[in-house]
Amino acid sequence: MAAAEQTARSSRTVQLVSFTVGNEEYGVDIMAVREIRAWSETTPLPNTPEVVRGVINMRGAIVPIFDLRARFGMPRTEPTKYNVVIIVSVSSRIVGILVDAVSDIITINEDEIRPMPDMEQVSGLGFMEGLITVGERMVGLIGLERMFAGRMLEAADNTGKPMLAGPAESAA
Amino acid sequence: MTKRVLTVDDSKTMLQMLQFALKQGGFEVIQGENGQEGLDLLDANTVDVIITDINMPVMDGITFIKELRKKPKNKATPVLILTTESSQSKKEEGRSAGATGWIVKPFDPGKLLEVIRKVSP
Amino acid sequence: MDDLAQFKQTFFSECEELLGDLEGHLMALQSGEGDNNTLNAVFRAIHSIKGGAGAFGFDRLVAFAHIFETVLDLMRDGRLEPTPDSVLLVLHCADILSDLVKAAQNGTELPADHENEGRKSLIDLAATIGVDADPHAADAALAALDAQLAGGGGLDAEPEPAPAAAPEPEPEAPAAPAAPAKVPLLKYLVKFTPRDALYQRANEPLILIRELRELGGFLAKADAEAVPALDQIQPEGAYIKWEFEVETDRGEQAIKDVFEFVLDDCELSITCLNPPAAAAKPAAAEAKPAPEAAPKAEAPAATPVAQPKPEAPKPAAAAAPKPEAGAGSAGPGGGAGGGGGAPGGETKAARSIRVDLDRVDKLVNMVGELVITHAMIAQQTEHLHADQHPELANGLAELSHHIRDLQESVMAMRAQPVKSVFARLPRLVRELAMMTNKKIRLDMSGENTEIDKTVIEQLGDPLTHMIRNSCDHGIESPEDRAAAGKPAEGVIHVSADQRGGRIVIEITDDGRGINREKVMKKAIEKKLVAPDAVLSNEEIDNLIFLPGFSTADTVSNISGRGVGMDVVRQNIQSLGGRVHIQSRPGQGSSFILTLPLTLAVLDGMVLKVGVQSYILPLANIVESLRPEPDQINIVANQSQLLRIRGEYVPLVYLHRIFKVPNGIDDTTKALIIIVELEDSSKMGLVVDEIIGQQQVVIKSLEENFDPIRGVGAATILGNGRVSLILDVAGIKHIAEHEGQQRGSVPRLAAPAA
Repeated sequence: MAAAEQTARSSRTVQLVSFTVGNEEYGVDIMAVREIRAWSETTPLPNTPEVVRGVINMRGAIVPIFDLRARFGMPRTEPTKYNVVIIVSVSSRIVGILVDAVSDIITINEDEIRPMPDMEQVSGLGFMEGLITVGERMVGLIGLERMFAGRMLEAADNTGKPMLAGPAESAA
Repeated sequence: MTKRVLTVDDSKTMLQMLQFALKQGGFEVIQGENGQEGLDLLDANTVDVIITDINMPVMDGITFIKELRKKPKNKATPVLILTTESSQSKKEEGRSAGATGWIVKPFDPGKLLEVIRKVSP
Repeated sequence: MDDLAQFKQTFFSECEELLGDLEGHLMALQSGEGDNNTLNAVFRAIHSIKGGAGAFGFDRLVAFAHIFETVLDLMRDGRLEPTPDSVLLVLHCADILSDLVKAAQNGTELPADHENEGRKSLIDLAATIGVDADPHAADAALAALDAQLAGGGGLDAEPEPAPAAAPEPEPEAPAAPAAPAKVPLLKYLVKFTPRDALYQRANEPLILIRELRELGGFLAKADAEAVPALDQIQPEGAYIKWEFEVETDRGEQAIKDVFEFVLDDCELSITCLNPPAAAAKPAAAEAKPAPEAAPKAEAPAATPVAQPKPEAPKPAAAAAPKPEAGAGSAGPGGGAGGGGGAPGGETKAARSIRVDLDRVDKLVNMVGELVITHAMIAQQTEHLHADQHPELANGLAELSHHIRDLQESVMAMRAQPVKSVFARLPRLVRELAMMTNKKIRLDMSGENTEIDKTVIEQLGDPLTHMIRNSCDHGIESPEDRAAAGKPAEGVIHVSADQRGGRIVIEITDDGRGINREKVMKKAIEKKLVAPDAVLSNEEIDNLIFLPGFSTADTVSNISGRGVGMDVVRQNIQSLGGRVHIQSRPGQGSSFILTLPLTLAVLDGMVLKVGVQSYILPLANIVESLRPEPDQINIVANQSQLLRIRGEYVPLVYLHRIFKVPNGIDDTTKALIIIVELEDSSKMGLVVDEIIGQQQVVIKSLEENFDPIRGVGAATILGNGRVSLILDVAGIKHIAEHEGQQRGSVPRLAAPAA
């Protein structure tokens, strides 16, 4: 899927903000990141999937927060003040993603992005744009546009299975 | 009491300019885009002066004036036609339909108000 | 003229539109599909462009458009046959015109000979039938242009020679006595005998006489001998003639100008009583008018002044001249300073500036933020005792007051009279009456009621639909009406009114009313209602707003356009409004629309449910109560109904609907808020408690997220937290379709016992 696009593009460097969710490390394009803030209590939205933590007031704008743990099919995050919300802009919308912690800023060449293996167990993870190896670590590159394409409630609903060999505590 | 002027013109520019000028003169303005709309507005409103263009789609200004003069309510309402040229034939046509006077485009707001004063008590 | 320069932008966007339309018409002409209407439309487009261009002094554009228009006029008159060649020429000239418009817009200058060829071809074409398309010789500018053309010399691009002055009458010319006209003070005898036609064209001698008097010394004599006996007076007959003596230094032309519009409808003679030759040197004449015993307007002791017109009650000359005459010369800018004692009343009139809507909206948003910030400060300082911090308390109270004022002022900027929407209705009704062969009269009232611009813009469609519905389903045919003992002509009344914080628009017809049997049958057929459901009349009437409902047996041309009343309701709801219908069989129906004054703020009640707080729009709330245990009835083991004043209202537990933990489940401990829905059905919302009433700023949830059923929007409370604004219709929907975890609600309210 992503492979063709990736190789077709000329080699460019991209910067990613990487963060952890459970034992995994993921990254998003730094260009999409608006700000990184500590977790604060949200106002829950009724009858929405687990992934939707609710909304917060960001300088007068109402911004929805998505729980990436839940999005990956794990139980919801039990947020503490150490949890982090990354505010990103996706196709003219502003949303926040709740992660465990921000870990790094990674600079890579675009051609270092490996396509996702086409495997049964990664179905439902169509928002993954590829994989990057940084030293010993493997970082999953999240395509925000893909993750939040169309209606957000649907996107949020489309919870996938744990990525690859996810943590032991799988979906309830 | 504020006097009300009905302006009828298919050109939005002209309608806006008329409105601007008339409001400066303290008039209330209602607008129609052709003769038919003008007639409709006359049904629903009482106006003190009518200003109308001649060339308009749906119903032209001449028909509009003829029609409105048939209404008892508007028999004595002053009607000014907007004409681009000072040509006698256009004025004549308007007058024969029952127009009270005319305004030659382009007008400036002061002149417009003056002309209205000439026909409206 | 400068004042009007602000409309240039409008002019150019209109030009763009006109040129766009023109293109379509020309294509039609070229493909031979054009008819006289097409030619008419083309002519009008060029004419409009010319008219606007004249106003802004785009003389080159005017000059070309004029010739172009002349040729098109000949074509639409049939004097010039549109041939393939001539149509091509028209196309070509339309391009040139478009170039000229663009040049004017960008302030650039096209090559001097840009339009020469097209211009010449047009003139030649007109010449083939012996018409001189060249502007009249009188038009100095164009004549000059012509001369240059004839001379073959390169047109020097100076586009503003005379024409600016030619068509534009010197604005200050008739300005009062101070005008620099070098005309001696002379006395004229003016004989004025109106003909009937003068009155038929709504001219008014009284006004002319007043104006004449403005010119200077004045004496009027009316001859009323021809006035017939009262019973023989024709209202528009001309029976009176006048003689005036006018002493003025503005010349004979000024007198003629007064009679400009009536020259052909009267006999008019103007004679100078003391022509300059006889009156020594002008200077001398000016110096001594007095010895001539110039009659003053106040002096005419012996002058019999008659009624100028049978129905005009006021005597002409006796009526004190209204001082407004002085303002006649005041410039449009309102800056008239020197008008010797001219009363300033009129110069103050309606001064306005045009502001970009975005700026107003930004202001609206900022005021919104201010409201929130104020609420935040107020909340933070709540615990402080007012008597310990009197200044703070006073300051806050004052701030609150100012913010409200500010908010109202800003909202007023966005407000517009509903007139603009109402104006389309007469035509609509007439068309519908024609299509349905009915007689329908439209009455309107309250057109000046003001409402938010956005609401106005979106009101057109739903209003049109409701009127269609009234014309199509409401008003009966003249025969049916006659049979029912009603006048043949049906009446639709549309009114707008502000009631409290809302605008109420009512569309009432005197038609047959809703056929409830038919509606019920249809609703059951369409499975919108259970076959055994027992509904109140009002509930039946409001079934027409249900999606998928349409009463017309055959889809009619008018109402059946694939849009039902459910869409109307959706439209109105999306504006934060409500709509319902009231009907009396045989007597007619009323659509009643209530709309918010503004879309930006809302008066709400803050509720607590479990750990959450929500905002319930005040507009929905009927009352709140803590019921006695015996007021709660349980039906079918599940649904709870609250009995109140003989009516049963279904209870909906908000905490169950929204799955909020720790909500109070015991109805005797909880609070019940009776809310009313668009269909005027009621529902008892069970919450923990009411915290208080508050005005909140509406924030869209959909800007960054999706719509959520049961939630209309969000707001930010004083503590900075987001709070959700409830949408009762959505809550009802959840209750009916997804049920409450414990118990569910009957589809519709049960009838009164």
